[in-house]
Amino acid sequence: MSTDTAEQAPAPNKESLARGLTGMGWGFVVKLLLMMVVNALGVAGIMAAWNAQAWIILGASVVFLVAADWVYFSRRALPLKYIYPGLIFLLVFQVFAMGYTAYVATTNYGAGHQGTMEQAVDAALIQSEREVEGSASYPLAVVRDGDTLGFAISEDGVVEVGTADQPLAEVGGSVDDTGRPTEVAGWEIVERGALLSDQELAQQVTDLRVPVSDNADDGSLRTREGSTAKVYRSSLEWDEGAKTLTDVDSGVVYSANEYGTFVGDDGSTLPAGWYVNVGFENFTRAVTDTDYREPLIRVTLWTFAFAFLTVASSFLLGLLFALVFNDERVRGRKVLRTLFILPYAFPAFLTALLWRGMLNPEFGIINKWFFFGADINWLGDPWLAKFSILFVNLWLSFPYWFLVCTGALQSLSSETMEAAQIDGAGRWRQFRSITFPLLLVSTAPLAIASFAFNFNNFTIIYMLTNGGPRFDDTSVPLGATDILITAIYQISGVAGGRADYGLAAALSIVVFVVVGIVSAIAFRQTKKLEEF
Amino acid sequence: MRNTIGKVAVLATSVALLAACSSGTTEETTSAEPSSSATETSSGIDATGLTLTVWTDENRQPAIEAAAATFEEETGATVELVQKNFEDIRADFLAQVPTGEGPDITIGAHDWLGALVEAGVVNTVDLGASASSFAQVAVDAMTYDGQVYGLPYSTEAVALIQNTDLVGTEAPATWDDMIAAGEESGAERAFCINVNGETGDGYTMYPFQTSFGAPVFVQEGGSYTSEVGMGGEAGEAFATWLSENGEKGAGHISTTVDYATNNTLFNKGKCAYTVAGPWALGDFADVNFTVNPVPSAGGETAAPFVGVQGFYVSSQSENALLANEFLTNYIATTDAMQALYDADPRLPAFEGVDTASAPFPDAIAGFQASAEQGVPMPSIPEMGSVWDFWNAAEAKIIKGADPVKTWNKMITDLTASLEG
Repeated sequence: MSTDTAEQAPAPNKESLARGLTGMGWGFVVKLLLMMVVNALGVAGIMAAWNAQAWIILGASVVFLVAADWVYFSRRALPLKYIYPGLIFLLVFQVFAMGYTAYVATTNYGAGHQGTMEQAVDAALIQSEREVEGSASYPLAVVRDGDTLGFAISEDGVVEVGTADQPLAEVGGSVDDTGRPTEVAGWEIVERGALLSDQELAQQVTDLRVPVSDNADDGSLRTREGSTAKVYRSSLEWDEGAKTLTDVDSGVVYSANEYGTFVGDDGSTLPAGWYVNVGFENFTRAVTDTDYREPLIRVTLWTFAFAFLTVASSFLLGLLFALVFNDERVRGRKVLRTLFILPYAFPAFLTALLWRGMLNPEFGIINKWFFFGADINWLGDPWLAKFSILFVNLWLSFPYWFLVCTGALQSLSSETMEAAQIDGAGRWRQFRSITFPLLLVSTAPLAIASFAFNFNNFTIIYMLTNGGPRFDDTSVPLGATDILITAIYQISGVAGGRADYGLAAALSIVVFVVVGIVSAIAFRQTKKLEEF
Repeated sequence: MRNTIGKVAVLATSVALLAACSSGTTEETTSAEPSSSATETSSGIDATGLTLTVWTDENRQPAIEAAAATFEEETGATVELVQKNFEDIRADFLAQVPTGEGPDITIGAHDWLGALVEAGVVNTVDLGASASSFAQVAVDAMTYDGQVYGLPYSTEAVALIQNTDLVGTEAPATWDDMIAAGEESGAERAFCINVNGETGDGYTMYPFQTSFGAPVFVQEGGSYTSEVGMGGEAGEAFATWLSENGEKGAGHISTTVDYATNNTLFNKGKCAYTVAGPWALGDFADVNFTVNPVPSAGGETAAPFVGVQGFYVSSQSENALLANEFLTNYIATTDAMQALYDADPRLPAFEGVDTASAPFPDAIAGFQASAEQGVPMPSIPEMGSVWDFWNAAEAKIIKGADPVKTWNKMITDLTASLEG
């Protein structure tokens, strides 16, 4: 219809309506309104990022917003109008995540190297400042004289005042029953209410150290909550220019090394460090550690075997059931199909935990019901544990293949089948030469995806065996059913709470590359299937 | 016309997507706003109250809320309670304090302390005037390298739980006495203990290990060194004992028993004795029980690990003064401690808390007795590397591996791993 009218008379007013999106039609108004919303939200985001001083988020928001305005108001960016939202999702959720992982892989971010150097210095100074033994707790009055802050305490009823530069000295004044100075000659007392409500002042008061005497070794007064003071003494001194910490008691000088740790000239180290770039060290460490090499080879072999066998077994079982239940002679197919999908409907970790209980050699129902109470240690023997993992994963994943194969079977054209029947092909011949190859065309890419998924199937391993039973002949905490991803979890210490995120990120990238290569090769192979 | 509508629809969807995307960024950044608004007020012109951010978990929230209300009333400051999963707090605190997004105060367990100190995210605290009201073991646990980093409020430890219908209320003096009494009672099993299945559970087994004089790390003046202390003859004796009572031996200790199984067995009256923590009491609804200290198996005192919970102050807090004020004057009080106890009954670490309100008041006394003979769980960061080796070796020995060989290999591997 519409083409007819267009051919008959290209009416000028129709033309202008069609262009309404870029001109002043009502479509433009809608676009303008929507873009106003986008801009409002974007500017709000930019302002929030500015307030939080999150410069990277700020920069990214500005770029995205300007780009959005350009894309949707320019006539030249038509294709981008469609792909721009997707592009942003790709950048934020995929490229950024990958890039950040790669960045972490080149650092030693992890236990003991978590913040910046300044924070490590802060921590070292906090940790080295100790209460002088036997120090009394003095009721305290914070006093000020103009901009100078001081502490006032009393000893035997005599008021003493000191500042950061002036050690405690006697001044006139009066004290209350608790010993807290209530009047200090020449100084104005800062009320606690004022102290607590003024963050900057409070910070100054917590940072203030008032020397007890001219001798620095006697320590200095500090307060934590503003109402009492105790004598503390710091054993470390920070030299801003030389970037060194000096222990005033032992004279040891701690300087920064290239791994983000303060090392003393006697070889001792301070507990808190900071993270630094270590280049490719995490990658080389992963392959050169002799303790890990041999167990990791075994783990890698099992990972491939596990991923391949899981996909193969669940595919074949799913296909078998799909073939059987695709036959119209089977009664109650709908009910049966629904029942078959049930394992797929439970969360995998719950299923794994359930099976862990059922496979218990003494109390589990598998041994009790099916093996006459025999003492078969399903999860304690290396080979039986491997078998159990494969079996439970088969139970978990065959419904997926049952679904996929059922769908694929139903979409095969009946004409091809009839042609084959007329040509005199038997059932087996039909399946082998027609059904199966055609099925593979649609399911092979899914099989590759499933392989990649199982390659990193952390849940089933962690919940069912936790990698165990342990190897007897190695010194590293890896086991017979560990796959690469659970091994990474163990090696990098994330499991024990002493995480080395740098190493974990590096190993994850290695696994990512392996899975990527395997998948790429497999996809190339499946293209050949389409030639049938 | 149709064409136009189509285009508008496409545009609308993509703009909606865009909006969703950019609003995502907004959300992320606005969550950081409290800290920035706090900075604004620091100019000192308008002191309408500062915000103290406190991380807590679901159970403790009501109690801290009550303390916070008093604090807000008296000081005018605002306390923002952030409820988190307890398991997430450690990692989140470690990750967020260095970025400046962390809280001023968090609730936490004492065995995180080594990692927190190593990451430089905690400040030291002063227990203030009420220092003497805290249980010594709790203060020791919150002490690292001679400095107190946390304000403790509760302790917890495993203890011997016995079925009073089977074996009465009397505490057995030794392991052998206990097994004899258990066997005499006619129960299916004299004793059962959680081994965490094939994984092994050094934590629950620890009182028996210490009764052989084999602590995980050597202790020096109250704090742990990083020197492994469970090797040598004492450790071998414990390993041998474990093997004798394991699956190939007397069968009292078995890797077929995990936490849930153990609780079910005891609750059904199939075990006369078990070792468990106060957190398991809820599972023992169908059985009459009493709680006693764990009996010694190797002659020395059976000292369980004592876990302590308390409050940490962030080293990057901009409100350190306020945070310390809150802890020492509003949490370290009998009322606040009582409220914490009523909200989530754990053994109190503060004098003067009335434990009668607990669901199992008698049991609390038993756990208290057990904790008193316990040792703090090591909080040094090295402890994180121990569990894997230690648990696995115990599981293997229980399953019948050569005890001395397996134990010594574990010590060698562990020492090598710690030297890293």
